[in-house]
Amino acid sequence: MSRIGDTFARLGKTGDKALITFITAGDPDLTATAGLIPRMAAAGADIIELGVPFSDPMADGPTIQKASERALAAGTTLAGILAMVKEVRSSCQVPLLLMGYYNPIYIYGVERFCRDAVAAGVDGVLVVDLPPEESAELKTVADQAGLDVIFLLTPTSDASRIKTVNRLGRGFIYYVSVTGVTGARTALADSLSASVTAIRRQVRLPLAVGFGISTPEQAAGVAVVADGVVVGSAIVKLFEEHRNRELVERVADMVRGLKDGVRSGQNN
Amino acid sequence: MKLPDKQGHFGQFGGRYVSETLMPALLELEAAYRKYKNNREFKDEFDYYLKQYVGRPNPLYFAGKLTEKLGGAKIYLKREDLNHTGAHKVNNTIGQGLLAKRMGKRRVIAETGAGQHGVATATIAALFGMECEVFMGEEDIHRQSLNVFRMKLLGATVTPVNSGTATLKDAMNEAMRNWTTYVADTFYVIGTVAGPHPYPMMVRDFQSIIGREARAQHLKAEGRLPDVLVAAVGGGSNAMGLFYPFIKDREVRMIGVEASGYGINSGKHAAPLCAGSVGVLHGNRTYLLQDNDGQISHAHSISAGLDYPGVGPEHAWLKESGRADYVPISDDEAMEGFQTLTMEEGILPALESAHAIAHVLKLAPTMGKDQSIVVCLSGRGDKDIHTVAEAMGVSL
Repeated sequence: MSRIGDTFARLGKTGDKALITFITAGDPDLTATAGLIPRMAAAGADIIELGVPFSDPMADGPTIQKASERALAAGTTLAGILAMVKEVRSSCQVPLLLMGYYNPIYIYGVERFCRDAVAAGVDGVLVVDLPPEESAELKTVADQAGLDVIFLLTPTSDASRIKTVNRLGRGFIYYVSVTGVTGARTALADSLSASVTAIRRQVRLPLAVGFGISTPEQAAGVAVVADGVVVGSAIVKLFEEHRNRELVERVADMVRGLKDGVRSGQNN
Repeated sequence: MKLPDKQGHFGQFGGRYVSETLMPALLELEAAYRKYKNNREFKDEFDYYLKQYVGRPNPLYFAGKLTEKLGGAKIYLKREDLNHTGAHKVNNTIGQGLLAKRMGKRRVIAETGAGQHGVATATIAALFGMECEVFMGEEDIHRQSLNVFRMKLLGATVTPVNSGTATLKDAMNEAMRNWTTYVADTFYVIGTVAGPHPYPMMVRDFQSIIGREARAQHLKAEGRLPDVLVAAVGGGSNAMGLFYPFIKDREVRMIGVEASGYGINSGKHAAPLCAGSVGVLHGNRTYLLQDNDGQISHAHSISAGLDYPGVGPEHAWLKESGRADYVPISDDEAMEGFQTLTMEEGILPALESAHAIAHVLKLAPTMGKDQSIVVCLSGRGDKDIHTVAEAMGVSL
């Protein structure tokens, strides 16, 4: 099993739920990202998602769009991200997942990407604009290389799509809590618990829920029903106002708070 | 083989590279389109609006004076500029509007560059009684203030887009985000033969009225098919509409004209087929302007409608299979095309169409007088008067 699968299995034994935190790689630069990964892991992040910046992030709201722009302005590339991961791996074993759009991977070369990502210590990849219908090109190679391809399910996915994702997915399934783009929201849908519970019964993989979750209270609520809670924009928002050591402390504080939220939810 | 295949691929191009949220909407749209495209009532209503509202068929006009001046092949202009709203875009928005109505969607959204597709969408929204929101890059809002006001008069909301390069590609990103959020009651009217399947196929089919008419009109006028078809290519909908009914006529050459802006070597252009590489953007695999890391580059053209870093996947396929050729025309050459057609024929072409005319100025003299060219005059130039004046150094 992969580092991602191991993590869910380990947490599952004690009824614990995973906190998955997202930051955009290279925002404000890759040195900062390399420093943040072990700090987030120490503060309670069970899995870390690194956004691969893209010029045209069609599925992202303003917060992550701006983070992508900052990262690209700092010269961040996919090759640079992989080199940074390799360096981090010498001292930190938290499961790492790359999340982004297909074009940078396609241009890097799908085979070369899978090989280099695994060699660097990346555990999985989630490509937002690669639905199951178009995924064969990446998945064939990723499966062989031992790189988990994570798929999304959304409130619009019907039974047949849930079945397909259950068949193709590796690591875990990422359930998008809302029909919409990424970004913090004050309230989550009332129907969320029911939807998550229903889907969880139909799939073999752990189910993590993301999009719109920003507070420990919301994380607690989601942790009651899901196997994992993903928080992105709320953390990325901190990058708009803070830098250097202050940024690291703020992020670590937020991650600690979110992990406490997840713990209080899972024990309910 | 009939293209696209079931998954929306034209060879290696096309497809559906979108987020999971949109996949069910695309499948629903494809099912609805396949259901209605051969439905008698739907076809009759589409034909009715094209005839009574758009004013089709429009003429295939023999540009005698221009032909004489160039001294070569006969030049025929397919007069899409005479359509209601002044461009070919309305052929497609009528089709998608009728489909939206049947699917029970009460709200339509669109992206626009030059504003022509935005106007055409706002027009059908007024006609069919739907709410309409148009996304437009801030940069383009400045360049095309006349069309912005037209859309507002038609009752549409024009939402400025500031992200990225603030042009057409970013407007399309924002329209996709809006569709992702309001997918339940919203129909996304894409204006060109790009985007995820089924849009490239559907928009091509709605626009192929251009080529069907032109083919019959040319047969009637000359008793044979034309030797060459010429059309401007941004996303490529007018070109695809003209080319498609001729694809099996192997003796008819097809030439798509891309905007090379300040010149291909300047790096400031909008010619992905001439000087780009294959990648994935806006839901499909096609030729793109991009850097070595797969980040999309800023396109440039004097014509806002051609100012897009991608191109429809079927054009990518036609290029790869060798069935069509794609050539570059610069800003300066397009201006010459604009002025020549205006002076010789008394017709002000849209700057998009002026690119096609500019290539005809080069091509016609190399051909025999017994040969003929059909060029798609995709829109009229009134909207571009300010840009043309600026390029000529005239202040209005």
